Amino acid sequence: MEVLRIATAGSVDDGKSTLIGRLLYETNSITTDKLEAIQKASQRKGIDFLDLSLLTDGLIAEREQGITIDVAHIYFNTSKRKFIIADSPGHVEYTRNMITGASKAEVSIILVDVRNGIMEQTHRHYYIANLLRMPKVIVCINKMDLANYDENRFNELQQEFLSFANQIKFPEQEIYFIPVSSLYGENITKTSGKMSWYKGPALLDLLEKMEIHKHLNQAPTRLPVQYVIRPRSEDYHDYRGYAGRISSGVFKVGDSVTVLPSYQKSIITGIQQYETQLTEAYARQSVVMLLKDNVDISRGDVIVKDGQVAEPKKELVCEICWMNTQPLVSAKTYLLQHGTTQTKAKITSIDFLQSPGTLETRQASELKMNDIGQVKIKTAKPLAIDSFKENPSNGAFILIDEHSNTTVAVGFLIR
Amino acid sequence: MAIDRKTFPRELEDEAIYIIREAAAQFERPAILFSGGKDSITVLRLAQKAFYPGKIPFPLVHIDTGHNFPETIEFRDWLVKETGVELVVGYVQDDINAKRAVEETGKFSSRNGLQTVTLLRTIEENKYDACLGGARRDEEKARAKERIFSVRDEFGQWNAKNQRPELFDYLNGRIQPGENVRVFPISNWTELDVWNYIKEEQLDIPSIYFMHERDIIERDGVLWPVSEFVYRDSDEVVQKRNVRFRTVGDMSCTAALASAASNIDEIIEEILITTVSERGTRLDDKRAEAAMEMRKVNGYF
Repeated sequence: MEVLRIATAGSVDDGKSTLIGRLLYETNSITTDKLEAIQKASQRKGIDFLDLSLLTDGLIAEREQGITIDVAHIYFNTSKRKFIIADSPGHVEYTRNMITGASKAEVSIILVDVRNGIMEQTHRHYYIANLLRMPKVIVCINKMDLANYDENRFNELQQEFLSFANQIKFPEQEIYFIPVSSLYGENITKTSGKMSWYKGPALLDLLEKMEIHKHLNQAPTRLPVQYVIRPRSEDYHDYRGYAGRISSGVFKVGDSVTVLPSYQKSIITGIQQYETQLTEAYARQSVVMLLKDNVDISRGDVIVKDGQVAEPKKELVCEICWMNTQPLVSAKTYLLQHGTTQTKAKITSIDFLQSPGTLETRQASELKMNDIGQVKIKTAKPLAIDSFKENPSNGAFILIDEHSNTTVAVGFLIR
Repeated sequence: MAIDRKTFPRELEDEAIYIIREAAAQFERPAILFSGGKDSITVLRLAQKAFYPGKIPFPLVHIDTGHNFPETIEFRDWLVKETGVELVVGYVQDDINAKRAVEETGKFSSRNGLQTVTLLRTIEENKYDACLGGARRDEEKARAKERIFSVRDEFGQWNAKNQRPELFDYLNGRIQPGENVRVFPISNWTELDVWNYIKEEQLDIPSIYFMHERDIIERDGVLWPVSEFVYRDSDEVVQKRNVRFRTVGDMSCTAALASAASNIDEIIEEILITTVSERGTRLDDKRAEAAMEMRKVNGYF
């Protein structure tokens, strides 16, 4: 059974909670005790409808203020797939939460209120989906019931969205448009009888059938080593297994490989998952790899297939999103974590900032929380990193503040 | 139609093993918090797989309230022998005797809240810097917001408003001395995923998960297991009923479920059609709308 990870973003007004609630409700994913709890809480707040945002806004502060602050994870399944929704707040001050929520997703659902049309927030959501190179984006034009289910209005908004998106969209990305009414369940889990002019699938149908993980196995083959298994027991006296989760590509027993950054060479003699011996292993699988030669490999090294070796880098040009209340300080040393490697890193220049809403760029001397910009970084150790464009699974990293230990930024390698 | 809901999505196992290996690599003294319930049994199995053919490089830690189901303790000891993992037990009674913890009194008293005192003491005494646990985000709304590497301060407290962002698969386990991290490898699993996994892996579980005859008292629609730890009014009638437990906590805070499910397949069928959520049988969660968040803030798992 496959898992599809979905990112949603937006505020209560967009009808996002109603949309998610509708998906859960119609797939029998809300139990009666949870529904009763929401009913009671809604009544206490003095509202006469079922406030489904109470289902996802789990923290006391969120309930008090009636807003989503942090990413919530929502789980449901149908007979076809398991779905994980990472639901984030939509306002500009939560850009970092949106990026966090969307970073693991394969598809982003962007909600547009048919009455308000395409807003700056819509641009920002799409910009983030694009920054993360989200393979699929679904634009739900919501509240169609309030626009008489009008085909022309739907087409108009579709055109308006595309005129923004086409400025930054990458060719492999697929964008879908669906006219929906979350409140009345039109085009959510079944095709609507009210919009016969729309020939596409309902939202759930699309989510169940869309092809996923398409590019992962075609990307360059990489295994970041997490842990070296050395039992030193009688039965496994000389055993050395390199444990890790394949980030991209396909490894086969017998493949010639190179270990980066040391450039040692060897041949794969075995790939194991617990007691099972595999002949090949795919992206996202956690495995233990055995090599022919007694090479010196430790955590942080990356095993790559010969013919797909990329030269390790110490100078990076990248896009980053700053995520901390303390602004980025140029020339300060941070820790950079890429794959299973950590190294000291310095921001050598801030090239420009870009506004996700308008795409305007400007010069800046610092990056504040939620700012997105292009910077240059120098690292102490060479990194076996790919450009995010070519191989998203091996092209991103995080920055950690050495003193507070917190994660302060996410970066995407340009070159 | 329901056929595919009974297969386990293997991607979740790959993710959990990745998380467990990160915990082993990033921390000096990690431990697995083990309750004897299905979720911690699952985590133990995943750890076994993560380091095979090597041994699990950390001990099991059990916080013993003294109010356990005897079947759970029996199972725990059997499993420890079977897997050869080291077991460390922290006793709540020791903290009560030393007056670090005070026993609750009254009709609904339990030692659930006291566990936190013993947990924090056990972490401190053994200098654990990371504790792996079987908590899942689908269990409860505060858990739905928690990170996979969840940093706790010196007092074990969770700061919900100031959590580190977790991007892609990156887990940042850097901490200051005194702080520790709770690690949740099966965050993204649901109750159904756990049962499907237990079935596919043919894991042994304590007998109280299956239908059995037990003395219970019915109070406000809740089936309480009769034991010396559960308060009983003289007019409350003891009945024999066929029940099972959906979660395994203390006898004083885990309600029984009228059920005829006597094997894993029947349990899975039952979960597929139930209209009550898993924590609906946990009396510790029913104390307040934000009971779980309040306990986490105070250092609970």
